[in-house]
Amino acid sequence: MDLFLSSLQMLARWDVIAALFIGSIGGVIIGAIPGVGAAVAIAILLPATFSMDPIVGLTVLLGIYGSSMYGGAIPAILINTPGTAVNALTTYDGHPMAKNGNPGRALSLAYSASFFGGIFSVISLVLLSQLLAVIAPHFGSREIFLAALLGIVLVVLAHRGQVFSAGMLACFGIFLGTVGLEPVKYTRRFTFDQTWLASGIDLIVVVLGLFALSQAFLLLVQGDERPRPGRVTGGLLAGLKELLGFKRVASVSASFGVLMGMIPGVGEFTAQFLSYTYAQKTSREPDRFGKGAPEGLIASETANNAIPAAAMIPLLALGIPGEALTAMMLSVFYVHNVIPGPQLFANQLDFVMALYIALFLLNIIVLVFLIFSTNGILRLVRIPTRFLGTLILALGFVGVYSLRNSMTDCAMAAGFGVFGLILKRLQLPVVPVVLGMVLGGIMEVKLRSSMARVKTPLDFIDRPIAAMIFGLIVLVIGIHLHTSWKRRKRNGYTTGP
Amino acid sequence: MSGPGPNRKTSGPGRRPGDVVFAAFFLVVSLLLLSQLGNETKWVQGTRGFAQPAFWPAVGLVGMSLFACLHFLGTVLPSGGKGHVRETVFWFRSLEYAIWFMAYVWIVPLIGYLPATLFFVVCLALRNGYRDPPMLLKAAGMGVVIVVVFKGLLSVKIPGGQLYEHLPDGMRNFMLLYL
Repeated sequence: MDLFLSSLQMLARWDVIAALFIGSIGGVIIGAIPGVGAAVAIAILLPATFSMDPIVGLTVLLGIYGSSMYGGAIPAILINTPGTAVNALTTYDGHPMAKNGNPGRALSLAYSASFFGGIFSVISLVLLSQLLAVIAPHFGSREIFLAALLGIVLVVLAHRGQVFSAGMLACFGIFLGTVGLEPVKYTRRFTFDQTWLASGIDLIVVVLGLFALSQAFLLLVQGDERPRPGRVTGGLLAGLKELLGFKRVASVSASFGVLMGMIPGVGEFTAQFLSYTYAQKTSREPDRFGKGAPEGLIASETANNAIPAAAMIPLLALGIPGEALTAMMLSVFYVHNVIPGPQLFANQLDFVMALYIALFLLNIIVLVFLIFSTNGILRLVRIPTRFLGTLILALGFVGVYSLRNSMTDCAMAAGFGVFGLILKRLQLPVVPVVLGMVLGGIMEVKLRSSMARVKTPLDFIDRPIAAMIFGLIVLVIGIHLHTSWKRRKRNGYTTGP
Repeated sequence: MSGPGPNRKTSGPGRRPGDVVFAAFFLVVSLLLLSQLGNETKWVQGTRGFAQPAFWPAVGLVGMSLFACLHFLGTVLPSGGKGHVRETVFWFRSLEYAIWFMAYVWIVPLIGYLPATLFFVVCLALRNGYRDPPMLLKAAGMGVVIVVVFKGLLSVKIPGGQLYEHLPDGMRNFMLLYL
């Protein structure tokens, strides 16, 4: 109880409350505008949060992260264009339901499912935190190294059909993280005698380039689009009642979201895929899927909204980000010298609990906000895309330039922007670059510190958790090779892994 | 972000135009960087292999080269699609906006954040074909809001312009601090 009160006290400040409102409402609006998304917004706002208290900065970013998917459902349902990438599956059933004359019902169900997923995930996080507080201290250097390695392996293998390109880009991220002055022996690596490369390539510059500037370039080069969704009528609270009729699908989907969110490198898409497949296979009317089935819409929205809270688990407990957005948040922790990991749970559990409560509150704020302002948000969906590109470019400048007032950083970010545009055009994944950069750095430090006590390779996995993670890595690779081999055999050796 | 799921296209045969160009470029860059491993990293005597400064760049570059090679083979072996040139031209068209961005970065320290932002957003709006006054006003308004929110309210680190030095005292301080 003392812990809970102490956490509440951390949140009961005007700046934290303002951050909570700005983050959650801003996140919904950002999510509702196709072509922006939480990653772009977080990348832009990241440097601005460095001057804030950690709890304030993280509350803004968590607010955006946790609420953007709510907003993303609006254009997905009304104009068949997902606001954020993870709302793509919502278009399958949400848009047909809207086209059949039920846009209010579709939106209401999406909001309710998202709310359920978000709250389910926060409750799971709170229940798990006691367990995490016990387990996390058993993670030494080698366990964290292996967990980071598992994250890299999973982020590569999770991109089915793109394993080679994902592997290539993850390794590119690992390489980028090594450029500059090496921290132990103080030798230069891949600086080509250029002083501007000596301090390394900043993660935020890469993130801003790959996510924000690339998106701006893409919107500016492509032709203008001006979507025109109609007004939504009808009560938006009815979905909560309808959701009660689909308790099983909602609970299983939220569980998939929590489970997949906790595993580094897997994320929303796998959770949605599993949830949607489960909902379809267990439905009495599987043929309705893709034509406006409420279970399909619930599976998609519940699973994706259960991810943000769950994705905080590896970040807070082990200091390992599972995807790009938590990788960005990691830099906020580092800037304020708050090191996520086992020690955070041991020494600052009230801070962790305050983040959980913030996540819980943001779901309530967002639901209330959406019920009253959906039609207002629809006006923002109509922003012409090239105009939006200009806006992102101007905001991107704030993000990059305010870091160090460096023209070099801006040039590098512009370069990564063009690189990101190429990746997006080719539908190649951007996330492995960021995770490679972050997890590569963690692996380098942890391998060094763990090898001091390792005499033979087997010593590396002589502790139960290390052995378990190593077994998991072998198992995941084994399963992937087996399924790839089976698929290739079935398809007559024509497709890649 | 892309990720696994029923909505995502996979990169099997029938790839996107430009894939082979990118794969070839990435492979060449990976191999060139790998060839520089000896020159661009140091070998420290008396240090175990995994703790050598070259170890992690080597992991990254060997992985990059290996996967880039496999990815390249994957793009070349199946009959490639058409439109590689058109797609490559599309990529190069984005360079125009990278130049716009760098021009914006360049003029901020000269004329100040607010004038540079206004100039940038209005010019870019004109470049994108928005000619009607309401749209240009919206662009200018958007520029003012960005400056006021980020520099005025959030106090992000953006230096004042050289042009501000020529303003009267009171106004100069205000502009340097908030705009």
